[in-house]
Amino acid sequence: MRRIRPANVGLLSLPATLYFLLLFALPLGVLLAESLHDRSGWTLAHYARFFATAYNWSVIGRTLRVAVLCTLFCTILGYPAAFALARTRGLLQSALIAALLLPLSVSVIVKAFGWTVLLRGNGVINQALQAVGLTDAPLRLLFTEAGLLIGITNIFLPFMVLPLFSVVRQLDPRLTDAAATLGSTPLHAFLTVTLRLTLPGLIAGITLVFSLSIAAYVIPTLLIGDTYQTLPTMIATSFLYLQDPGKGSVAGVTLLVLSVATIITSAALSRRFTGRGR
Amino acid sequence: MKRAGLALSWLMLAASVTFLLAPLAVTVAVSLSPSPVFELPHDTLSLTWYRQIAQLDGLVPSVLLSLEVAAIATVVSLVLGTLAAIAVVRGRFPGREAIATFLVSPLMLPGLVLGIALLQYFRSLGLHAALPTLLLAHVLVVLPYVMRTLMGGLSLFDFTLLDAARTLGLSWPRAVLQVMVPVLAPSFLTGGLFGFISSVDNYPVSIFLTDVYHKTLPIQLLQYIGESPDPTIAAVSTLMIGLTVLVLVLGERLVGLDRMAGV
Repeated sequence: MRRIRPANVGLLSLPATLYFLLLFALPLGVLLAESLHDRSGWTLAHYARFFATAYNWSVIGRTLRVAVLCTLFCTILGYPAAFALARTRGLLQSALIAALLLPLSVSVIVKAFGWTVLLRGNGVINQALQAVGLTDAPLRLLFTEAGLLIGITNIFLPFMVLPLFSVVRQLDPRLTDAAATLGSTPLHAFLTVTLRLTLPGLIAGITLVFSLSIAAYVIPTLLIGDTYQTLPTMIATSFLYLQDPGKGSVAGVTLLVLSVATIITSAALSRRFTGRGR
Repeated sequence: MKRAGLALSWLMLAASVTFLLAPLAVTVAVSLSPSPVFELPHDTLSLTWYRQIAQLDGLVPSVLLSLEVAAIATVVSLVLGTLAAIAVVRGRFPGREAIATFLVSPLMLPGLVLGIALLQYFRSLGLHAALPTLLLAHVLVVLPYVMRTLMGGLSLFDFTLLDAARTLGLSWPRAVLQVMVPVLAPSFLTGGLFGFISSVDNYPVSIFLTDVYHKTLPIQLLQYIGESPDPTIAAVSTLMIGLTVLVLVLGERLVGLDRMAGV
């Protein structure tokens, strides 16, 4: 009987790896090279020009601020929600998971369109706010940072809840009881037992939401428009309208560096917090 | 304190679900409204905007293009991804983990950056045709999903079952087909489905590779919204939501939502 040897099994990864080397790694390398290159040869001129402009710094700052706030809102909503979700059983739980999966699977353009309707001056949200008496005149929400934050939090919230849920559902509720029996206050028990055990899910959720939100393009385009640029919208306009690949490449490399830094930080954090005690 | 924490978590769950479904609900509602200005609430239901869909220029070609690209990219990804996943899970060679990370990494990197990188790369190679570049690019979009779910599925698969099937006289291809494929079917389905959906939904990579004659559905949709945001878009969106519901129901029947959620 012929068995496949482990060493030969490795060869099966060759086609996909070659494909990714040629069509993923190499193009990213070319992008990096383009950003370091102009007609006269190798140069840092694109970077010097990009980072000498105060406006570009404000675009980077804005991109990071939106991503941080989005991640914060997703955590505030998603972390407690995952606990309630883990307590449900049967049909209710299936229905709730479906309610998370459906928005996740629906096109981001459809959701963004829904928000443009919800956020308009005479839209549902403004009608509700006025009916409750919170405001007299319609609030301007569409094409504001508030509207952008509502939309972007909405898009990425499932990416926070799902990884948290998969960790929380494995928690043994008797652990906090044990901590209480041993004289721990509820807050102390939460911090030392519950938070600590759910940290891998929290780190995974934060990493996902943060890296997705710094790269978001459709939502800012539809909910706030071209006057408020983030790194992704700046990359797109540089290539599609301004025909300025030098600026676009530098902005692209900057965004790439931010994403890679996020992933590396997250990997280091989860190693630090979950490496021990396992 | 414990009760307060519990109440808070229920409150946040209810808020999250309402919040998540709000844009979908409002889209469905305005698509059925007789008013052209997104007036809500409305008393009468109307299918006017659904009839208007036929008037949308270029919708059908964009749907067909998106389905074509997604279908081909998914098939290619299922083949390449399955082989690579077997290699990574079963192989004992240095760099296994690096390859696994490499093949999943497009999921975590900004799509827009991949888009501009491919744009410049294809230009420098003199490859300008939209369809082949879209196909080549969308494999990068789909394969990570296939790879991720299959690595999960394979790590739970007992490979001695294959030896057992061989001992019982099945040929290698038959053993793989009759033993391994049925066990891995849920992973194929989940990975393929989410990969397919993400290809159909992809905007940031496609926008740099399409031309006037080849617009994928998201690009066409965004153009409609930019040109004239009327409830016809809501009608199209509602149909897309309906289709997604159908796919999820099918997935629930075949795989179970738990597995699809990856939890």
